[in-house]
Amino acid sequence: MQGLLFIAPAVLFLGLLLIYPLVYTIVLSFADTNAKLEIVDWVGFENYTNLFTNDKEFLDLDSFPPTGAFVNNLKWVVLYTSLSLALGLLIAVLAARVRYEAFLKAIVFIPMAISATAVAIIWKFVYDPDPDIGSLNALITLFGGEAQAWYGREDLVNYALIWAYIWASTGFAMVVLSAALKGISEEVIEAARTDGASEWDIFRRIQLPLLSLPIAVVTVWLLINVIKVFDIIYVLTGGGPGGASEVIAFSMYDETFTNGEAGYGATVAVVMLLLIIPIMAFNIRRFRSERVTQ
Amino acid sequence: MATAEAAAYRPARRTASERIVGFIRKSPVHLALLLVAFVWLVPTVGLLVTSFREPADITGSSWWSSLLDWRYSLNNYDVVLDRGNMGESFVNSLIITIPATILPLTIAALAAYAFSWINFPMRDTLFLIFVALMIVPIQMALVPLLRLFRDFGIANGFGGIWLAHTAFGLPLGIFLLRNFFITLPRDLIEAARVDGASNLKIFMRVVIPLSVPALASYAIFQFLWVWNDLLMALVFVQDSDKWPMTIRVNQLQSEFGITWHLLSSGAFLLMAVPLIVFFALQRYFVQGLLAGSVK
Repeated sequence: MQGLLFIAPAVLFLGLLLIYPLVYTIVLSFADTNAKLEIVDWVGFENYTNLFTNDKEFLDLDSFPPTGAFVNNLKWVVLYTSLSLALGLLIAVLAARVRYEAFLKAIVFIPMAISATAVAIIWKFVYDPDPDIGSLNALITLFGGEAQAWYGREDLVNYALIWAYIWASTGFAMVVLSAALKGISEEVIEAARTDGASEWDIFRRIQLPLLSLPIAVVTVWLLINVIKVFDIIYVLTGGGPGGASEVIAFSMYDETFTNGEAGYGATVAVVMLLLIIPIMAFNIRRFRSERVTQ
Repeated sequence: MATAEAAAYRPARRTASERIVGFIRKSPVHLALLLVAFVWLVPTVGLLVTSFREPADITGSSWWSSLLDWRYSLNNYDVVLDRGNMGESFVNSLIITIPATILPLTIAALAAYAFSWINFPMRDTLFLIFVALMIVPIQMALVPLLRLFRDFGIANGFGGIWLAHTAFGLPLGIFLLRNFFITLPRDLIEAARVDGASNLKIFMRVVIPLSVPALASYAIFQFLWVWNDLLMALVFVQDSDKWPMTIRVNQLQSEFGITWHLLSSGAFLLMAVPLIVFFALQRYFVQGLLAGSVK
């Protein structure tokens, strides 16, 4: 029974401040609310059908290509996840071959320590439209190109934001994969080399297969992270220009706290949760298998 | 044994010419890594240099041209601390972050001890539920928590944000600490039990002293998580006198427009603490982040 005393504070905190709000938000998503965030009416699945069929800011399938926060977030999922992973892996593999590995890895990892707010300011400065201020436009004009308003144009803003966040997250993928690479026996690699295997063969046939679990770990982390992405957009563009850079988490905040539609905002939050649940299921399977091996 | 084997495979000491040949053969690798270093350093360095330049210089000439013409000062930091209220918000960030680290650390350690070393009904099920809560997005709790904090009258102080960060930090803390606690030697715990030590005594005298690295990793992770948080602060810290630095830095944009002398110095004040933590405690920091990779 003493066990219960030790877990009582945790149960209290998680029950009252996490599980109860979780259930409450699901309930809210079926309701209409007033400005004080109170429920005034039950609307069934109306919020959900509105979100996916009537809300052009969230999902607009009539335009081609489709637009809206949901579509933007899909771009984030594909580009952010694949590029952070690929760059992290590439840097980990290349850095392992040089003497200044530790120094290089520290440089790439530092953005992981700082807030998304700071990352947003750093990249807003890089993207500044004035080529005498923004480093990117300076580089482009140096090679004869034309300066662009990277975060001021609807067709560029999402890619500019996604790249800034890839820059911030690559260090994570790199560190995890680099640690896993170090775990692969030097003997095996040397033996393959003596047998005449090329560096590409070694990477493709020995290192990559042994990295499949850490790659899965990194992918899960990146996916969860990208579904929740908010801070960097809030600070760098505020969702603009004209709402062109909004994502799911941004819609949730906007509907709830700017428009005062807590029920509708709750619906967006539930959609976020539904996107994350399959990833959670994968994670729990992993915990289970880890426990078996312990 | 492993090091001896690795040493055997290390190539014999090479002559200078062999080293040069080796370096040239690897030159594509060096070039690629040079590009990586450039891309990861230039954005931050550019903003850092800018933070030391006079406002007129920032708009008048590029930051890289200033590298040849050293005219740097700390004036921008003075201005942003004073007019931008960054001094006040630095203190607020500390007031928010320290309790929001100690509280979940304590509660998670207690729970993790029970999950590792005390038998009670439903233990494993409860542990799985707690761990699963790790990935619930904060968005699922914002409105109900805000209403709860208003009902308790703590929506205007620091109480709400302390509680919210504690709850959302707990699942990861319990997971990490439990995974560390179960690796402690069973004999040690059993021996203390045989000597008549209570669970609280075993927890305080045996488990905690042996678990400093794990406790430090989690504490650093949680500290940086809270320090760097914007979203929860936006919702739960309503009083502008109590805003942490993340909100203040963003507020500089709406108050003064895109003024780089304020934004650059403000951003570096915000980054200072995480960077110090990073360089001083790199080992624990990386461990914490790796272990927290499930969050």
